[in-house]
Amino acid sequence: MNWGSAGEFFAMGGYAFYVWGSFGVTALFLLVEVIMVVHRKRTIVQRLGRRMRMQAEVKQ
Amino acid sequence: MAVGQINWFKFSSPATFYPLAGKLIPYFTALAVVLTVVGLYLGFFVAPTDYKQGEGYRIIFIHVPAAWMSMLIYIVMAAYAGMGLVFNTRLSSLMASALAPTGALFTFLALWTGALWGKPMWGAWWVWDARLTSELILLFLYIGFMSLKAAIDDPRRAAPASGLLAIIGVINVPIIYKSVEWWNTLHQGATIKSSGTSMETTMLTAMLVMTFAMWMYTVAVVLTRVRCEILEAERDTEWVAAELSKSS
Repeated sequence: MNWGSAGEFFAMGGYAFYVWGSFGVTALFLLVEVIMVVHRKRTIVQRLGRRMRMQAEVKQ
Repeated sequence: MAVGQINWFKFSSPATFYPLAGKLIPYFTALAVVLTVVGLYLGFFVAPTDYKQGEGYRIIFIHVPAAWMSMLIYIVMAAYAGMGLVFNTRLSSLMASALAPTGALFTFLALWTGALWGKPMWGAWWVWDARLTSELILLFLYIGFMSLKAAIDDPRRAAPASGLLAIIGVINVPIIYKSVEWWNTLHQGATIKSSGTSMETTMLTAMLVMTFAMWMYTVAVVLTRVRCEILEAERDTEWVAAELSKSS
């Protein structure tokens, strides 16, 4: 075990800014990418679904 | 015709690949989550403090995996682009497009974490040395590939043009990889060599687990993105219409 306390863990031996700056930004960007790609998928399915129904109405 | 050949082309058809990708995504997501938890635990709680760099070295557990992924994704992307050029398979160029944003993201993260590691250890956020510069060129190659594809409206013309750029850019990957041997550099040499590793076992394990976590993450995200690309490219086909009426 490397850490005596939670405070010691977050202090990262004086490298807190660099270590958490690395892990934090990585976590944030990966999360944003997941949200963006899931949102894109949903939007496309909705848009194409609407388009399909409109085309079906035109045909009738 | 050989049986294997038929199967191969069957899965290169977007209509077959779309549902297959949909089934695989949850498994890769689960693997990515589990491996991330294990990797972070090993990296923060099992791997010991470095005798030279203290706790600052722990940046390695995302820096090296991100840098490896940035190169691996580029090679896979260029391979798909090459397949698209040679066999003219529709799925290949869609896969290349789906890989590019995630590759660019990992390249950026390798540079970002590298800057945050360089500052306390070298005293500089950035130096124009071979390793850093060639990794920056990799970022520009990803951006160039995406911009070129986006700039050409007709996908049948965009795919070969951007595909060619991706293939030519592959030359940069061995340059990145070998840069620490070929040039004098501030960047440290390879941690893992064919002659063995200079790393402590738990550190190495944590780094490898984080690499696999990012790998599984990439597969999950890229499969989701390629499903978007497939839907947009094939929107006027009957199978997409059937797929949409199923999901709505």
